Amino acid sequence: MSNRQPRASGHFRTDYRQDQALLQTRLERISAGVGAVVLLAFPLVATPFQLDLACQTFLAAVGAISLMLLTGYAGQVSLGHAGLIAAGAFTAGILYRETGAPLWITLPAAGIAGALLGLVFGLPSLRLRGLYLAVSTLALHFVVLYLGGEYEARRGFSTGIIIDAPKIGGWTVSGNRTWYFIFLGAAVATLLVALNLLRSKTGRAWRAVRAHETVAGAFAIDVKRAKLTAFVVSSTITALSGALFAHWRGFVSVEAFSLFLSIQYVAMIIIGGMGSLLGAILGAIFVTLFPYGIESVMRLFAGKVNPGTIFSINHAAFGLVMILFLVFEPLGLVGIFRRIQTYFLLWPFKQKPLGGGGK
Amino acid sequence: MQLVVNILVLASIYALIACGYVLVYRVSRVLNLAHGELMMLGAYALQATTGLFAATPLIAIGVALGASALVGALVYIFLMRRMTGEMVLAAVLTTVALGILLRGGIELIWSQSQLYPAAAFGWKNTALTVPGGARISIFALALVISAAVVYATLLTFLRFGRWGVRMRAAGQAPLLAAQRGLNLHTMYALAWALATLIGGLAGMLIALDSGLSGTMAMIGLKAFPAALVGGLDSLVGALIGSLIVAAAEILLIHYVDPLLSDVVPFLVLIAVLAIRPWGLFGTREELDRV
Repeated sequence: MSNRQPRASGHFRTDYRQDQALLQTRLERISAGVGAVVLLAFPLVATPFQLDLACQTFLAAVGAISLMLLTGYAGQVSLGHAGLIAAGAFTAGILYRETGAPLWITLPAAGIAGALLGLVFGLPSLRLRGLYLAVSTLALHFVVLYLGGEYEARRGFSTGIIIDAPKIGGWTVSGNRTWYFIFLGAAVATLLVALNLLRSKTGRAWRAVRAHETVAGAFAIDVKRAKLTAFVVSSTITALSGALFAHWRGFVSVEAFSLFLSIQYVAMIIIGGMGSLLGAILGAIFVTLFPYGIESVMRLFAGKVNPGTIFSINHAAFGLVMILFLVFEPLGLVGIFRRIQTYFLLWPFKQKPLGGGGK
Repeated sequence: MQLVVNILVLASIYALIACGYVLVYRVSRVLNLAHGELMMLGAYALQATTGLFAATPLIAIGVALGASALVGALVYIFLMRRMTGEMVLAAVLTTVALGILLRGGIELIWSQSQLYPAAAFGWKNTALTVPGGARISIFALALVISAAVVYATLLTFLRFGRWGVRMRAAGQAPLLAAQRGLNLHTMYALAWALATLIGGLAGMLIALDSGLSGTMAMIGLKAFPAALVGGLDSLVGALIGSLIVAAAEILLIHYVDPLLSDVVPFLVLIAVLAIRPWGLFGTREELDRV
């Protein structure tokens, strides 16, 4: 990710155009190119199961990036992320069920619903901080889920809302390969939006607010506005991802958006590493693939295991991993990544501090 | 009349659980979101001890209570002690993660099916008729009584007990308390042990009254608004908060919509956060501390 620090590689920026480029060194350009080719070619070789996993991962990455903007950069904690995803999914689902609206109406509608809800979620942040803010978002999560459940019960969709595959023109969007490209596009677009927001005035204001509200205010940053924009931007993106999710699965039900999902998203940004977009992506990959990893390890050792046991072990292992990261690696996967990076940058001239300087 | 009894029973459940949140928060400034799961663990501990001491229920309950307190202390010593000095949020998320871990572990050991520890003792949950024509089950009555006893004991203990005063001191001014020779870690561990003990008691009584399953943690989470409504650092507040939340929940369920059950406590929570975020009896400075 484009960090604004001087580089160790001897690459110097000499004019503003270079300074603004997202990819600056040759290595970055090459790896971005290789990455693009790999991602575009992946659906040609992948099994349906792998495609499904990839779709899940991209979707999680969109959600994790938006939560990272809010929590990792603007410093506003949210434990209600699943509520926002649910809001997007339900907006899309309800619009489709009630009016048969096509994709190009449901998506913007979900975005607008997300923005409004973000405003609601954000209002407590003007008065509350830290713990109390987290609790208020938690409460709102339950309220959103209640409204969804109420709609399901009232309209008689007690098991959930079914959405048919969306049509664009005469073309039906279906099949995981198509969705793969949609989600890839969504994830890349989110990443670009986030990158550009963060290096613009808005993003700088967020970071200032996170560092110190009073000082940020003294620097003529509108703290309230910064907080609310953070909530609105984050929830809009999240709700959009929720709407995409609804159309992809063709099914919306409150059961899919439990508190556990919120915690999973928080876990993504913690495990990935706070305050880093790369961290959000790494965390999304880790958390999405984790249960499948556990399952295959279990298969390897124990042969056939019943699904209930796997589910419980997943839960327990997930809690354990989250604790381990919080206690031993607060910087997350990005912290590990940076340490390896630094090791190779300094190699073979790494110095050990003299005389009991610690590790 | 039946409504009043229902409110009273639900309020006692919430009050028993909420005082765990308050104790831990007041002494160590950590919001323990794993309290629901710890409570559930206490209930399952009872399920385990019924197998060992089926003939002597009181010993079984005593052993399970001891185990709960021990678990609480261990959680502090091995986990939360490492989080002192970290961001408040990191500590809260650690408790969330602990909750997930516990829930997974419990499901793994006891499966998700409904269990009835009361049946293992051969106890029957008969309903009594109180004056006024309302009915209350024996264990629900036990819940109300133990809530009263626990609060009376806790309030006296914190007000007059030597260790109670020490715990309050540790919560009020950790630095000064440490300078006067208090071992803060002991105080925090004690608070965690006490909170988990009372939570475990609540869990056991609920399990005896209405059976035991993985959904119990949700009750624990719903009791949290009760603690916050009264003020996170006030025991009396927790009691009043429980009454308010329980009354709102029962009345709304009765007169408006049964589906509201899971959301009412959180609606009350939002209302309080909007009007008086530090709670009815809490201290206002709390808001700036976090």
